[in-house]
Amino acid sequence: MTDRRFFDEMTLEGGDPRHPYSGYADWFSGEDPKALLKKSAEAEAFFRRIGITFNVYGQKDAQERLIPFDIVPRIIAANEWRQLEKGIEQRVRALNAFLADIYNKQEILKAGRLPEHIIAQNEAFLPQMIGMMPPGGVYTHIVGTDLVRTGENEFYVLEDNARTPSGVSYMLENRETMLHMFPELFTQMKVRPVSSYPAELRRSLSECAPPNFDGVKPRVAVLTPGIHNSAYFEHSFLADQMGAELVEAGDLKVVDGKVQMRTTKGYKPIDVVYRRVDDAYLDPLTFNPESMLGVPGIMDVYRAGNITIANAPGTGIADDKALYSYMPDIVEFYTGEKAILQNVPTWRCSEAESLSYVLDHLSELVVKEVHGSGGYGMLVGPAASKKELATFREKLMAKPANYVAQPTLALSTVPIMTKKGLAPRHVDLRPFVLVSPNRVHITAGGLTRVALKEGSLVVNSSQGGGTKDTWVLGD
Amino acid sequence: MRLKITHKTTYSYDRAVQYALLQLRLTPRSCRGQTVLDWTSSITGGTVQVSYHDQFRNAVQLVQMDDGAETLEITSQGEIETENLNGVIGPGEGLAPLWLYRAPTPATTVGPMIRKLASGLKKEVEANPLGTVHKLSEAVAEAVTYTKGTTHAATTAEEAAQAGQGVCQDQAQVMIAAARHLGMPARYVSGYLLLDGTIDQEASHGWAEVWIAGLGWVGFDVANAVCPDDRYVRVALGRDYAEAAPVHGLRQGDAQEELCVSLQVQQ
Amino acid sequence: MLGRTAGGLFWMFRYLERSENTARLLETGLRIALTGGQVNESEWESIATTAGVRSAYLEKFDTFDQANVTNYLLRDLDNPSSVLSCIEAARSNARMVRTALSSEVWEAVNEAWMTLKEELKRPVSVKNLAQVIRSIRQHSSLVRGALHGTMLRNDIFDFCRLGTFTERADNTARILDVKYYVLLPSAAYVGSSMDNMQWETILRSVSAFRSFRWLNEGDATPKSIADFLILDKRMPRSLAFCYAKIVGNLSFLGEGDTLPCVTLAEQINARLTGRNIDEIFDEGLHEFLKCAIGDTGRLAAQIQEDFRFYG
Repeated sequence: MTDRRFFDEMTLEGGDPRHPYSGYADWFSGEDPKALLKKSAEAEAFFRRIGITFNVYGQKDAQERLIPFDIVPRIIAANEWRQLEKGIEQRVRALNAFLADIYNKQEILKAGRLPEHIIAQNEAFLPQMIGMMPPGGVYTHIVGTDLVRTGENEFYVLEDNARTPSGVSYMLENRETMLHMFPELFTQMKVRPVSSYPAELRRSLSECAPPNFDGVKPRVAVLTPGIHNSAYFEHSFLADQMGAELVEAGDLKVVDGKVQMRTTKGYKPIDVVYRRVDDAYLDPLTFNPESMLGVPGIMDVYRAGNITIANAPGTGIADDKALYSYMPDIVEFYTGEKAILQNVPTWRCSEAESLSYVLDHLSELVVKEVHGSGGYGMLVGPAASKKELATFREKLMAKPANYVAQPTLALSTVPIMTKKGLAPRHVDLRPFVLVSPNRVHITAGGLTRVALKEGSLVVNSSQGGGTKDTWVLGD
Repeated sequence: MRLKITHKTTYSYDRAVQYALLQLRLTPRSCRGQTVLDWTSSITGGTVQVSYHDQFRNAVQLVQMDDGAETLEITSQGEIETENLNGVIGPGEGLAPLWLYRAPTPATTVGPMIRKLASGLKKEVEANPLGTVHKLSEAVAEAVTYTKGTTHAATTAEEAAQAGQGVCQDQAQVMIAAARHLGMPARYVSGYLLLDGTIDQEASHGWAEVWIAGLGWVGFDVANAVCPDDRYVRVALGRDYAEAAPVHGLRQGDAQEELCVSLQVQQ
Repeated sequence: MLGRTAGGLFWMFRYLERSENTARLLETGLRIALTGGQVNESEWESIATTAGVRSAYLEKFDTFDQANVTNYLLRDLDNPSSVLSCIEAARSNARMVRTALSSEVWEAVNEAWMTLKEELKRPVSVKNLAQVIRSIRQHSSLVRGALHGTMLRNDIFDFCRLGTFTERADNTARILDVKYYVLLPSAAYVGSSMDNMQWETILRSVSAFRSFRWLNEGDATPKSIADFLILDKRMPRSLAFCYAKIVGNLSFLGEGDTLPCVTLAEQINARLTGRNIDEIFDEGLHEFLKCAIGDTGRLAAQIQEDFRFYG
C-alpha cells in the first residue's frame, strides 16, 4: 500500500507502527472500520451544523463549503516537537528583527547580505512604515509557519505566513471534534492540549498594547472584512473565544485621537486591533483614496502610538516569496546562529543561470509565482501535462522575475480513512506562533493539511485539500 | 535671512460637512540651512486628533472637521531663520533610504514625453551629474511653461509634459520623473518662497530635490530657474506632490467646497 | 455592544418573525381551500396584500392563483419577504452577530437555514405545502426556544425581542387593515357564511382561532375580534401585547438616558392601554390601523437611530 518513495509517518517499512503512532495503531486495530467511517460522516454533519465553513469565490452555488476533515490524527512525538519548536522560535525572532531593521536602519542591506533590489522592487514593502516602531517592538504578532517533512529528521519550512495566517480555528475545532468522537483515545494517550490558544492570543495581543492606553485592561478587537470573507468563520470564532469585539471597518472611526467603535451607547476606544484585512484596505486616507473601505486615519493614530495593529502593516515583506530564498542568511544575520530549520532549495528565475536550469528541468520542479498564494498560479512539474508545461514555459520566459522554482519535495504521508480502509496521503503542517515583547509562544499542535486525492501534493483547501487533527505527544 | 510667514487656508462649504479628515503637513522643519524660531498653528471648525512624524520625518497633524461645521480655517504662522546654501541641502535626514526616491510613483511615472525630454541628457549624467540636472531643469522649464489653471492637484507628470504647461507642482514632478529616469534619486519639496516686491501670495510653493553623488540633495526650482537659496523655506518632503502636500484629505457627503488661501511671506 | 450588532440582532428576529408570519398566512389560505371554502382569486390577492408584496407580485404575474402566490411567498428570492429570503437574511444577520448569540441559538438558525433551503429548493405543491409550513414553524419555534432557554437576559436579548415584537405589531396591524371592512358594523349585519370565513381567516392568520373561541365561547362579533387583536393583553399577537413588550425592552435598554424611541414607544403604548374598542370604532378602524402601521415604522426608524445601528 505505502509508497516507499515517501516517508510514511505512521507505518515503518515492515508494517509496524512508527513510535509516536504505536498507541493509536493498537487502538485502531480493535476498531470496526465501518463504525469509524460512520463517525467520519458524523463529523461532517457536526461541522456543517456549527457552520465551520469557508466561502469560495466565483462559485455561485457552493458559496459556503466545508473543508473535509479526516479522523485519523497526525501524531508528532515529544522530541520531534522540541526540535521544531526551537527552529520555529529562532525563525520567528529573526523575522521580527528583520522587519524592525528593514523599516528602520536597514543594516542588512548596508551589510550587503540582502540585495537592495529585493526590497526596493517589492510591492510588499510599505514605505509608510519607515521609521515606525510598533508598541512593544513587535511587527508580526501571529505567525503560521508552513512546514513539510521528508524523512525521519527532515523538516523544511515552505512558507512563513507573517501577515494574516488563517486556519487556527480548524486546529481548535478539529480537536474539539476528536475529543467528542474518541474520548477514550485521549485517556490512553498523552496528547498536549491546544485549547488555551485563544487565551494566549488575547494575552499576547494585550502585552503589545500601546503603553499609554487608559483603563485597566487593553481593549482588543478583531477586524474582519465581513461575513462574505472566506475566513469569516474564523474571525468570529476567535473574537468569541477571546471575548473580544468583532468589528468591521464601518464600526470604527477616529474620535479624540483614538480609534473608537460605534456602540449602542456611543463611541468606545480600542487599544489593540487584530486585523484580518489586507494592508490596502486598512486606511483609505493613507493607502487607497479611491476606496471608502477601511478606517480613515487609523494609520495616523497608529504612527502617533495610540493603537496597536496586529500584524503590523507591511509585514508582508517578511514572507514574500522573493525573500524566501534569503531566509537562511536572514536568520543568521539577526540571531548569529545557523538556521535550525531548513529552507527548500530555491532557484530565483530572475537570475539567468537559474532560469536556464529551471527551463531545462521544468517537469521535475515546482514553480511558484513570487506574489501568489493559495496554490494558484503554481506549476507542479511532475504532475503537469505536456501542454501545461508548454504554456507555463511561455509564462515563465515572459516574466522570469515573477517566479521561483523548487525541487518537488517528497512530502511525507499520513493515512486517511477511506472506504477501503487506511490510505496514505501527503500532508504539511502549520503550527501557530504568538509573539509578544518578551515571549514567543508556540501552541503544541497546529493545522495539518492533507491532499485528499491519491498522489496529489497540493494540500490547499481551495484545491481539494482537507485537514486533520494534529497531536503533539507529551513526555 | 529671517522670514516671517502667515499662511491661512479656508475651506468653505455650502452645507455642513458629514465627515472630513485631513492630514496637514504645514510645519517647517529645522534642518541644515533653516532654523524654526517660532511656529504656531491654529484651527477653527476642526480638531487635531493626533500629531506625529511620517516616513519622511514630516510633522503631520490629523484634523477632523467638527460636527456641523461649514467652514474649516487653518492658520499657521511663525519665523524662520534661513541661510543660503545655493540649493545644496546635503545628506539626508531620517530613515527613508535613498533607493526609495529612485522608483516612480503613479504621479511620476515616465511616459513618451518625459522620456524624450530626458533622453538627450543620458550620456552626460555620469561625467557631469550636476551640470546635467541644471540642463534638465532648463529643459523642463522650456517644455512645461508656467501657466495657471490648466492642471490640478492630481495631474501626473506625464500629463503635464504632454500638455506642455502647468504650475510649479507640475514642473517639479516632471523634473523628478525625468531625474529618476536618468538614474538619480529625486523628491518633491513643498514650502514657501519670498517673492520680490510682493508680500501677498496666492499659494504655497513646490520644487524638486535631486540626489547628486558627492553633494547629497540639491534643490532645483524649475519655475524660477534657480537653486533654492535663503528665500526658500522647506516644509514637507515626499516622493511626489501627494506625499508632501500641505493638505491631504478625504471627505464624505456632497457639500460643495470653496478654497481660499491667504499667504504672506516677508522679511 | 456595537451598534451594528444591535441592528443585526433586531433584524435577525424581525426576519424570523416575518418568515413565520408569511407561512401562517399561507397556511390560512390552504386551510380555507381544504375545508371547502371558495378560495377565489381575490382571496389569494388579499394574502399577497397582507404580506405587503402585492405590487411586486403583479410585476411578475398577471393573476393571483394558488401555485404562484404560494411559491412567490415561500421561495421566490425576488421577493425579499419570501420565507426563503427571510431565512437567508436572518441567517446572514445571525452570522454577522454570531459572537453575541449562544451556540444553541446560532445552531438553531443555521439548521433552519440548511433544512429550509433544501425543502424550498423545488416548487411546493399543495401535496407537501402543509409539511413545509410545519417545518418552518418548527424551526422558528426551535430558535425561539433556544433564545429563551440559553440567552442571558441582557441588552442582546432585548434587541432580539424588540425585532420580534416590532415585526409582529406591524404584521397584526396589516392583517387587520387588509380585512378591516369585514369587521365594520355594517358588514356584520350581512352575517353570511362568507363573512364567517373572513373572520376565521383573520384569526387563523394570527394563530388565534382556538384561543379566541375559547375566550368568547364562540361568540364572534366584529368588535370582539378587533378587541381581541388590538387591545387584549393576554393575546401574544395583539397590538397592546406587542407594545407592552416593546416598552418593557426599550426602557431596559434606554435606562439612564432619555431616548426619543422610548418616549415614542410610550406614547404609542398609551394609545392602546385603558382603551375601549368602541372608541376605536368611533374614531374609525381603518384610520386607527393606518396610524398604528405608521407609528410602528417610525418607531423602528427611531430605534435604529438611537442605538446607532448604522454609521
